[in-house]
This record gives sequence, C-alpha cells and structure tokens, in this order.
Amino acid sequence: MTLLSIDWFFVIEKVLLISGVLVLSLVVAMYSTWGERKVAAWIQDRLGPNRAGFMGLLQPLADGGKLFFKEEIIPANSNRFLFVLGPSIAMLVACMTSAVIPWGDSLVIAGRTVSLQIADVNIGILFIFGVVSMGVYGIMIGGWASNNKYSLLASVRAASQIISYELPMGLALIALLMLTGSLSLKDIVEQQRHGLWNVVYQPLGFFIFLVCAFAECNRAPFDLPEAENELNGGYHLEYSSMKLGFFLFAEYINMFISSALISTMYFGGYAFPYMDKLGLDPNVVTILGFLALFVKTLLFIFFFMWVRWTVPRFRYDQLMRLGWKIMIPLALVNMLITGALVLARQH
Amino acid sequence: MQALTNRAKAVDRRPMTLAEKMYIPAIAKGMGITFKHLFQKKATVSFPEKKRDFSPVFRGLHVLNRDEEGRERCTACGLCAVACPAEAITMEAAERKEGEEHLYREEKYAAKYEINMLRCIFCGFCEEACPKDAVYMSETFAPANYQRKGFIYGKDDLLIPHPKEGK
Repeated sequence: MTLLSIDWFFVIEKVLLISGVLVLSLVVAMYSTWGERKVAAWIQDRLGPNRAGFMGLLQPLADGGKLFFKEEIIPANSNRFLFVLGPSIAMLVACMTSAVIPWGDSLVIAGRTVSLQIADVNIGILFIFGVVSMGVYGIMIGGWASNNKYSLLASVRAASQIISYELPMGLALIALLMLTGSLSLKDIVEQQRHGLWNVVYQPLGFFIFLVCAFAECNRAPFDLPEAENELNGGYHLEYSSMKLGFFLFAEYINMFISSALISTMYFGGYAFPYMDKLGLDPNVVTILGFLALFVKTLLFIFFFMWVRWTVPRFRYDQLMRLGWKIMIPLALVNMLITGALVLARQH
Repeated sequence: MQALTNRAKAVDRRPMTLAEKMYIPAIAKGMGITFKHLFQKKATVSFPEKKRDFSPVFRGLHVLNRDEEGRERCTACGLCAVACPAEAITMEAAERKEGEEHLYREEKYAAKYEINMLRCIFCGFCEEACPKDAVYMSETFAPANYQRKGFIYGKDDLLIPHPKEGK
C-alpha cells in the first residue's frame, strides 16, 4: 500500500515494532525490580516479596502505583525546569538504545519481509555509545538541579565514573570491531550465526565490556553515584514520586539493554546453535531466535543481580584505579593482540 | 600475649600473590557461595500463616487463675504488686459477701485487678510471688492497640474462662 508515495505498511510495521520493543523493555524493567528483590532475598536465605499476587508477581504494579500516588516535592531552591529535565533525560535515553538492537531475524508475513530490528543503521554501536553517554546528563542535571550537596557530589562521581569506564568499554569494542569489520549490530549477529560466538575470540574484551557495563549502569559494585548508605541515595536524593521512579526505572531499563547488547555482541544475539540445520520454517526459527536472545538477556540480568548481592561496593579511589590503571591498559593490550592476530591472519 | 582461647588465628600479613591481587578468583568464590545460598532453606517464617513456637519458658500475658470449681483464686494480698519491679499491677480488695462463695475462694478477693501492659516488663516476679497460684503468665503477647488505655488489662481481660460455665 503506497499512498502519497509513503509505504504505509512500512510505517505501521515500524510503529508496531517500536511499541513492542518499548513495552517489552518497560515490562522487563518492571519485573527486574521484582526479580532483583527475589534474587536478593534468595541469596540472603529469605523469601522475598510473596504477598501481592502469586509469588509476589503483582509487587511491581503495587510499587509503581505507590510511586504515582506519592507527594511530588520540588525543592524550593532548585531549578524547576532542570529538576524535571533530569529524570526525563534518564528515561528517554534508556528507552532509545533499544532501537538498533536486532531482536530477531526477519519474519515473512504475507509476502512482506519484516525485520525485527527497528533501525539497521550501519553505525549501530556508535549510535548506542552516543546515546548511552547522554544518559549521564540525566544524572548530572538531576543532581545539580536539586541544589543539594549530596546530590551534587553523587552526580560528579557519576559523571567521572561513567567517563572513566566508557574509555575501556570503547577500547574493548574496537578490538571486537577489528574482528567483525562492521559497526552494524545485525552484521555482527549474522557473522556469529555462521561462525563461533564472539566471546570465543574476545574473552578478555568481553570481560572488560562486562565490567564496564556494570559501571555504566551504576550497578553494584560500581553503584557509587547512588550509594544508599553513604550519600543518602546520591543524585536522586531530592526526588520523590514518579520522578524518582523514572530514575530507578531508567537504571533497570539500562540493565536490560546492556544485557541485550552483551548477548548481541558477544553471545550470538538471536543466533543459537544449529538454528539453520533444524529444517524449520524461517518464521519459527526467527521466533525461536528471539526467544534465545531473550533467554540470554535474562541470564545476564540475573548475572547483574547475582554480582550485586555478592560483591561489596568499591571505594572511590579503588574505582578510579581500576578504571584507569587496570581496565584501560588491559583493553589496550587486548586491542594490540587482536590487531596483531587479525593482521597475521590476513597475510 | 597469651591467647585467651585456642581459637585465635594469626593475621596473614604476607603480601598478596598475583592471583589474590587479581581478585577474580576471590570474586568467583564469593559468587559460588551466594549461588549456593539461592537454593538453601529459607529462614523466613511466613508469619500469619505459620507461627513460630514459643520457648517453654516464655513469659507472655498474665492470666488470673480459678480453682477446680471455677472460683477466683486471687485474694488481693498485694504480694504481686509489691514484687513487681515496674509497678504495673494495681488492685483493690473487697470482702466476700454472703452467697458469693461460689465466686471467690477466700473471704477476701480482688474487686479490681489491673495490669498495665505498657509498664510490665514480663519478668515473671508476680507469678513467683503469688502464694495462691492465682497469677500465671501465658504464651500470648499483648496485641497492638490504638490507645494507651487499651493496654491496661482489667479483670475481665485477665481471668481465665470459668471451667463449667465457659465464661
């Protein structure tokens, strides 16, 4: 259907896909809060939320509802506009990254090939980096606009932490890109579909990326910007109601997206072993592939939680030392070795 | 210095080895421990559905006892009030009238007997002091209340039910 020289099916398809991915990331983030509480409880030999609904499954709804009904407080001496802008940026940025992740191969519906990736841009990884580094603005602006010492300190910490860990993350990725030769996430997945997963070639790169992803998501052991027990909640100290909810929620969405990203780049994304040898209908394979990616993502989310409830928080100087003196040199060495090997293989 | 127990362990102050400096083995070990705990028996008691048994020596709310025929044992001697370190017990004595022999065991009885459960420290001295076996401590505790006066338990709260009439 082409009207006004616009392919309307294309528009509908993309709108559906965007809403689908958005709903998916929101629901996963919602249930990550539940999952986190459950995992925390189990690790500490407790039961976790089990009153609201079966196994406490309605708990996220209750928490969300509570946040909506809480009193909204905007401190008198804060900058009102920036104060609202902070959580909005955090949330917006968190939702944007999912656009370039290939959630599956393509489906064939009534002769139309529908790709399960919202935008297969050829600079996918670059896009993600650009967007993710904007996330720190949400924290920075929010903490600054609160006009509170703790918030400001925490947001300064957050900014320097994220900058410090973006460097080794980028360096680890450069090594990966030397192997794949493409910045498009779809290409990266397709390569892994027909070969081995990238984690086999890039174990050190994967490890560095994983550690940096923890730092980027402000997750324990790198949760210094929040540091509930040192900074009274850190950059969101002055926030209440759904603005606080947005900050917390953005963190969980970020966790989901990073997990999806790690699975996509290092663990084959929607590719799973023998997917082309099953002899199944391509549509079925695509759906199975989406489920494979989803399972991988959930496993990584679990890993995030597992680490949070095991490893204690770093001290700030330790964090900086790890970032600058260990992670960056390691990433550089990794890059060097990868470069040398790629060069050696070409000759 | 002589060690007080044989459990004392000297702190290992040797410089860390490379494996220890990398922290990764230590983190992996910790993760193993936490993973094991995922499947271990949970310590939680799901309270309203499941109640944890009190210890056999638990001292809870007081009861005023009756004898086999359902007569109140308390003679308002005041020994419990004297024994009470928190001064939670107050009482007023009265003389048994003609025709009340089925209600009170002795000639004197407590017309009013109040225990302030906010003052009570549940030490059990009243139970020990009572010469007539009238005060006992049960295995329940005071439920929450909105007002302080709700915690002052009178005779109708404390007396155990009549063995025959059930009241």
